[in-house]
Parts: sequence; C-alpha cells; structure tokens
Amino acid sequence: MEKSLAHRKIEEKFPQAVLDSHAQHGDETLILRKEAILDVARLLKEDSELQFNFLMDITAVDYLGRQPRFEIVYHFMSLPFNRRLRIKLQSDDLYPTVKSLTPLWKTANWLERECFDLYGIRFEGHPNLTRIMLYEGFEGHPLRKDYPKTKRQPLIGPQN
Amino acid sequence: MDTKTASPEKEFFFTATEPEFRTQEMLLNMGPSHPAMHGIVKIAVKLQGELVVDADIEIGYLHRAFEKSCEACTWNQAIIYTDRLNYVSPIINNVGYCMAVEKLLGVEIPPRGQYIRTLLCEVSRVADHLTCVAAAAMELGAMTVFLYMMKGREYLYELLEDFCGARVTTTAVRVGGQPADLPEGWTEKLTRAIKEVRVILKECHALLTCNRIFYDRVRGTGVMKADDAMNWGFTGPCLRAAGVDYDVRKYFPYLVYDQVDWAIPVGTQGDNYDRYLVRMEEMEQSCRILEQCAKKIPNGPHSVQDKRIMLPDKKDTYGNIEGLMNHFKLIMHGHGIRVPVGEAYQAVEAGNGELGFYVVSYPIEGEEKDGCASRPWKARCRPPCFHFVAALPDMIKGDMVADVIPTFGSINMIGGELDR
Repeated sequence: MEKSLAHRKIEEKFPQAVLDSHAQHGDETLILRKEAILDVARLLKEDSELQFNFLMDITAVDYLGRQPRFEIVYHFMSLPFNRRLRIKLQSDDLYPTVKSLTPLWKTANWLERECFDLYGIRFEGHPNLTRIMLYEGFEGHPLRKDYPKTKRQPLIGPQN
Repeated sequence: MDTKTASPEKEFFFTATEPEFRTQEMLLNMGPSHPAMHGIVKIAVKLQGELVVDADIEIGYLHRAFEKSCEACTWNQAIIYTDRLNYVSPIINNVGYCMAVEKLLGVEIPPRGQYIRTLLCEVSRVADHLTCVAAAAMELGAMTVFLYMMKGREYLYELLEDFCGARVTTTAVRVGGQPADLPEGWTEKLTRAIKEVRVILKECHALLTCNRIFYDRVRGTGVMKADDAMNWGFTGPCLRAAGVDYDVRKYFPYLVYDQVDWAIPVGTQGDNYDRYLVRMEEMEQSCRILEQCAKKIPNGPHSVQDKRIMLPDKKDTYGNIEGLMNHFKLIMHGHGIRVPVGEAYQAVEAGNGELGFYVVSYPIEGEEKDGCASRPWKARCRPPCFHFVAALPDMIKGDMVADVIPTFGSINMIGGELDR
C-alpha cells in the first residue's frame, strides 16, 4: 500500500511514531505510539500541506480480552484538502493516560471529558477532567465491556 | 408594521456594553427544566446587571446509554435507537447508521433506494429547520411564525407517515436498503407539500427577515466567527453562517447529492441572524433537491438483492418455504446479518451538521462465525450539536441575559442527540 502524505510527513518528523496503518473501507487510519499524539496532532494541524483543521471526534473502544485492550480513536478532517484521517492509540493499562488535545482544539475539552466519563481514559493536561454525561459519584465507566448492562446506580430510588 | 420599509442595513439596535456602575454578581440557573431549554440542559450564568460575564453548561440529563444499548442488540435492532438521537429528523440518523454498516459490509444499495433515501433525508431536513426556526422565533414572541411553520412541518410529517406509518420515530431505513418502496402517488403529494412549504417560507420571510424587532434581537448576538467555529468543531448551518462552506453533501458526497443541482448558502457574520438566514435558504435548496430527485427517480429494486442482508418480501415469507427460512435466518437469535470484522466511519449531513457514525465490528466470544459479528461491538455517534453546546459559553459571554434565549434557540440543541 502506498503511504499517504500525512503518513510520510509524520514518519519524516517523528520516525518512531507510526506503528501501523491501514485504509480499510477507504478510511485512512494510522496507529500511533501513545506518547506522540500531541506532537503529531500539532503537525497535522499546522503543516501547510496537511491542514487537518477539524477535530471531528474523540472516542475509545474497549476490546476486552484482546491485548492491547483499549483504543483511543481520533477523527480529523482537513477542509482545504477535503480529506479525513483516523488516528488510533493503543494501551493495555487499566486506566490509559494520553496527552490532551485541548491546547490545539477547544472542542477536545468536552470530547475528552466524555471519553473519560464513559471509558475512564485519563487525559493529561486537560483543564477540567470531570464527568459530563453521568453525575459526580458515579462508580465505574459504563461503556467498558466489563460493566454489566443491567447494573443500576440510581441517585434516588431502590439500589441494586 | 410595514415590513418592507424597515431596512436591516441601518444598525441602530442596542448593543451590550460595559455597565456604568458595577453591582454584585449574581448566579442564575437557567434550567435544567425550563421551557426555553428545549429538552433538559442547565445553563448557569453569572450576571453583572443584565450582562452575562460567565456561563457554565451542565448536560447529561437525557443520557440513556445509546452506545451500550446498541452493543446489546443486532445490527438492524440498533436502528431503533438511532431514531431517538435527533428526534426531529430521525431518518437522517437511520441513514447515517445504515450507511456505516453497509460500508462495513461492502455493499452499495441500488439507485432507486439511494433516491428514496435522499428524498426522505431532505424532507426530514426541511422539517428539522422548520422546527428550529419556529421554536427560536416563538421564543422571541413570534407566535404566528411558529404556527405557520408547524403547519408546514405537518405536510412533511404526513409524507413520512405515508411512507412508514410513523411521524417521529420512523425506523424507515434498513441495513441494505429500504424496507418498502414509495407508496403510490407519493411524489405528487410531495410536489404539493413543497408548494405549501414555499408559501410558508415566503410568509415567514415577510414576517421575520426585515422585522425590526426580530432583527434587533438576533443581529450581532451569539457571534461565532469562522476561525473559532472551526476550532470548536462546528459543522452545519452554524458553521456556514460564519462563512465556511463546509457541507458533507458537497465535500464528501454520498447518496445522490452529486447528481442534483443545488447550492450551499453561507453567511458572513456568524451571528443568530445569519444562522436564521442560512436555515431559511437551506430549506429552499432542499426543496430544489426534492423536486429534482422526484423527477429523476429511476425504477428498479430499492434494496440490495442479497438474501443474507435483506428480509424477503412478506408474500414470500408467508407464501413459500424458502422465504420463510430466509426470514427466520435473519430474525432468530444468534442469526441475523453477519458483518465482517472491521471499522468504518460514515458522515452524513444532518439538520445540525456532520453526523458521524463510527461503527466497529469485532468477533464476540461464543457468537463468532467466520470472522463475522452479529452485533455491533461499538456504535459511536458523533453528534453535531454536542460541539455547539460546548461552545455556548463563548457565544453568550458579553451578551445580555435576554440574548441567551435566541442564541440557544439558533444552535438547535437536540437533547436526544446531545446526551445520547
């Protein structure tokens, strides 16, 4: 498979960063070393030939039973060049820690809070990493695969 | 009031300025349960007199674990949950999710199915914009506009009702195509509905666009400039009002949007008035798309001819053994559509902006067969209005407390999609 421009640029600047890549169903995807995300995101955003100026989405996937267990998934979009790019980070920690993208995109604030709330991913350098969908005092992270679907934690009313 | 003589060019509205003397700051909770909060969301504003100096948003009151629910049901069952995301234009959510799964399956639905989807999506988009403008106008006192537009939406909901029997929670799309063809006489009815909607748009333009009271309330309030809007991840009418012409339908064409002629309206200032104008013009453009699609719609099948994906016709299910077996093979527990392992992101243009579905298929222990999964491992929805609500404090800071209402109305927060 021919490497895309973004892939080549990242490899040129951060030789160790890219672990794997694929373009399944036409979605260009890079799997990066977890530590490199902030630098790579800055490159993607600021390089004049890439200009990925939109951070569309941040989410995580819990592949329970596989190693590494967690994937943190970023979707970028470049308006001037009409391209999309998916970046994935992998981690096997119980509470993976990655660098926050809030210095680059304001919208990363809430997206990362949601990711923290539902998956328990810690974002280093986030100004206000608190729960967003659920209430303070909620125990666990409900989108993890080991959180039972039927578990109830009502604030008021009968307990489990 | 003579709406024709009032000129929107003359700027003599009141602008929020620094108060002459400072009073004690006051914290005001708007919501979570408040008629102007469209659903349930809490805005805690810090006021200096009538000036908003700071704001904090609390969401999540409508969180109902959309993703967790999707993970527990089959690929087609999850469509029902997507209805409840943006409940004003549910078909666009259905289409977005189904297209993501079709991308994983590697199938493309036949042209007639694509045209039907485009028609349904555009009908929903007009209904979505009508609701948004109507509610925003009503909150500023324009009750007539609200009633006119609700009347217009009724014509469109009738079309959807004709197609699938439901008005709000439609579930009118399946993985692999449409559950049914358009009913007889649908396109004629559509032509009549477009005509009615156009009359209503004209009336509302006359009532609002040059209306001094409306103009003064919305011009220059809730400003979000292009650079900030992109940084905040804005898409849809809110981004276009700031002058950026990003529309998924043009930039990443799907369905048949590249086969019809239409334009992207953009604003210049990114304030509430521009957002209103962009929505009004988009409705007209959607009407154009609808007219062209109604003319061009080809004959043929409306879903993929693959027995592993689509249910057979009812006459086969009840009429012969092959049809019956086919039906049960897709419905029974542990059977159903088998999606190859992989991941896909599919974006569609919803009423509010880019609605993305990131769907992952991954073998589930005990249910795996030939590297295929019978349930979504993950079905993430990228809601467009999540980003607007995140940016809301920036938009209302420096405005008057009364400006919070039109700003909140014009970003079209939809609780079901925001909190999922």
